[in-house]
Amino acid sequence: MATRTGNRWGSPIVYLAALLLIGVMLGPVVYIIVGGFRTNSQITVDPAGWPDPWQIGNYLDVLRSDTFWRQVGNSTIVAVATTAGVVALGVMASFVLAQYTFRGRGAMYALFAAGLMFPATVAITPLYILIKDLGLVNTLPGIILPQIAFGLPTTVIILVPFLRAIPKDIEEATAIDGCSRLGFFWRMVLPLSVPGLITVAILAFIGSWNSYLLPLFVLNNQESFTLPLGVQAFSSQYSVDTAKVLAFTSLSMIPALVFFSLFERRIVGGLTGAVKG
Amino acid sequence: MRTSPPLRPRRRGIGWAQRLEITALSGPAILMFLAFVIFPVVMAAYYGFYRWKGFGVPTNFVGLDNYVTILQDKPFREALLHNGLIVVLSLVLQGPIAIGFALLLNQRMRGQSVIRVLIFVPYVIAEVIVGTAFSLMLQTSGAVNGVLQSIGLGSLQQDWLSNRAIAIWTLGLILTWKYVGFAVILFLAGMQNIPEELSDAAAMDGASYWQTQRWITLPLLMPTIRIWAFLSIIGALQLFDLVYIIWGQYVSSTAGTSTMATYMVTEGRNAGNYGYGNAVAVVLFIISMTVALAYQRFVLRRDTEGALTGGR
Repeated sequence: MATRTGNRWGSPIVYLAALLLIGVMLGPVVYIIVGGFRTNSQITVDPAGWPDPWQIGNYLDVLRSDTFWRQVGNSTIVAVATTAGVVALGVMASFVLAQYTFRGRGAMYALFAAGLMFPATVAITPLYILIKDLGLVNTLPGIILPQIAFGLPTTVIILVPFLRAIPKDIEEATAIDGCSRLGFFWRMVLPLSVPGLITVAILAFIGSWNSYLLPLFVLNNQESFTLPLGVQAFSSQYSVDTAKVLAFTSLSMIPALVFFSLFERRIVGGLTGAVKG
Repeated sequence: MRTSPPLRPRRRGIGWAQRLEITALSGPAILMFLAFVIFPVVMAAYYGFYRWKGFGVPTNFVGLDNYVTILQDKPFREALLHNGLIVVLSLVLQGPIAIGFALLLNQRMRGQSVIRVLIFVPYVIAEVIVGTAFSLMLQTSGAVNGVLQSIGLGSLQQDWLSNRAIAIWTLGLILTWKYVGFAVILFLAGMQNIPEELSDAAAMDGASYWQTQRWITLPLLMPTIRIWAFLSIIGALQLFDLVYIIWGQYVSSTAGTSTMATYMVTEGRNAGNYGYGNAVAVVLFIISMTVALAYQRFVLRRDTEGALTGGR
């Protein structure tokens, strides 16, 4: 903010404090990744030490196991399908909320906005019964469908202001060219709203990739486990093999971290935008 | 909650074609939302009146028995107390720390954007991973005690997770680590919306850095802080993942970290008492709803627009 005047570097105390902050925030992450390169005896002797020598075996074991890749596959299917569903349904509903005037629009907006206050925790027990009645227990759609529904509030809240910001002149111009409102949606709104769509898509993807409570209820079968359940199962199954648990854990956080570092600006912008309106 | 999207009057009347468009475009989203969010919550209220194992149609109607049991059950009251403590801990730990770091990062400095990315990393990592890592680091023979030993502070070694006197503080610190980045990012965004002219003018009038922060930045940041506090309170009331992962289903109550949500899962689903579990869900819903509405009514009301719901 205050970069315009004076010394561009600022005070050294600021850097020291910032460095300390980063150390604390990244310490546990570094512990997981580096710990995966140690052996169990190294960890037992000195729980907080550095690998000596570095062991790549734990990581190779995990990468060679079918379990890990099956869980990566399940998590990917669930996250991709959830993201596609959230974005498709969300952008259509947001377009209606942003561009049409009709009775009940306020109520519709309120419905989605209220959903923002209640994460899945409150609804999980009856939701599980619903999924059981639908015969979707131990299936991936049993995770995907509820996740789409619970992802809609954030998506709508972020996209409505975004779609409303599309200049009216554009729509009027397309209307003069004989383009219907739906044609306007397809040819103008979707291409123009790609940045907003990317934001909600990434939020949906990371939310799904990290999701724990819903899979915990719906998936009881090892074959259908997603990565978070897999991490937990792995860490109780190999509770004595700490190094391998750390390797498994650090490999399973890679996709979320990669997505985040690629699209960090959009995620941060989207979240702050959603909260500040 | 203020929920009024601003009017943008359209000149065309609302004909049947338009109604069809509205239905076709918003129908799928509304149906999904009603089916998987609203319907389950409504059904919870119904199931909550039955003693029911989750098979077939519930028949054993018990009226308010489940609710009486919940309110009289000591573990539930303890869980409620823990939730209350977690709300307070989240606010008093994360709030000041986040304001401090946002002020820090709002200074002129190089590498600000890199730091912003890095402090947000814990927020993006899955709860399961955070839980697994911290339970390994904090166990009696774990890395935290190891570090304390090696830097000569061995007397500070603790049984971080199972000592009832400190487990809830441990939880508070883990939550701070996981979620403070979110608060910092929000506050930074709020600070960067404050016109620079204000602090420039204050500086010209001879205000010190701290005076400027105290009398200009903080007051103007209050709307953002109030919204963050709202999200933080709702999150703390419904806390489940980290507690369940780190303390497991049984240890959490003896370690003094159980929450209403972990109580709901252990006593409901894990015990096979679905009627009871649904009643707990209803209680959790009512408590969250009451707190949310009260907060909206008494705290958020003074902010000009319902910022959370995006009415612009």
